[in-house]
Amino acid sequence: MTVTVRFFASYAEVLGRQSLVLDLTNGATVRDVVAHVARLPGAAGLPPAPLIAVNHSYASHSEILANGDEVAFIPPVAGG
Amino acid sequence: MIRAALTREEIATQNLIAEVSESGNGATSVFIGTVRSLNDGRDVTAIEYSAYEPMAEKEILAILREASGKFSVKSLVAEHRLGEIQVGEASVVIVAADPHRAPSLDALRYIIEQLKTRAPIWKLEHYTDGERSWVSAAEGEPA
Repeated sequence: MTVTVRFFASYAEVLGRQSLVLDLTNGATVRDVVAHVARLPGAAGLPPAPLIAVNHSYASHSEILANGDEVAFIPPVAGG
Repeated sequence: MIRAALTREEIATQNLIAEVSESGNGATSVFIGTVRSLNDGRDVTAIEYSAYEPMAEKEILAILREASGKFSVKSLVAEHRLGEIQVGEASVVIVAADPHRAPSLDALRYIIEQLKTRAPIWKLEHYTDGERSWVSAAEGEPA
């Protein structure tokens, strides 16, 4: 299955990209995506346990993903 | 009525007030967050706001619905601006209207505090010396 991974703001800047498509085995979790991203160039600029949203809702790292899910890495927010 | 939106245009506060206006309301409360000239001791020229747009809109709407339930406020509208915003301009406007003042004021406080911690919106500050930096809620002072 594939999931789309999205990066924003400071995370997109340190990773030098705004998105990524990952092939994962069935049953993969958010944690697997975080582990994959942690190996990318520039990932040292990300915290070890970043805030994650799946399909526009905040999600835990143990959440099991489905084909077509959108996994977003959410930097510390600063709206208002 | 409850409505949340992101916009790249200047926020028309008067239009938001008109939107919630009805004869049964005795109080219309407005919160306006503006770009400040000084942050963390540095001179700010502008702030560039960006967002994970579909999620930010959904999250702000969820916050408005929570506030409506929690404080029994009838009418809530919030708009958050994106893109480059100059010092003195509004980045966020929230309007709450109700028959009575207390619920509308309480709702505003709740909404802005929740929005600042939950809505996936980011700001890149530009300073007079040409530098820029990402602001995190922990570092930035509340509006």
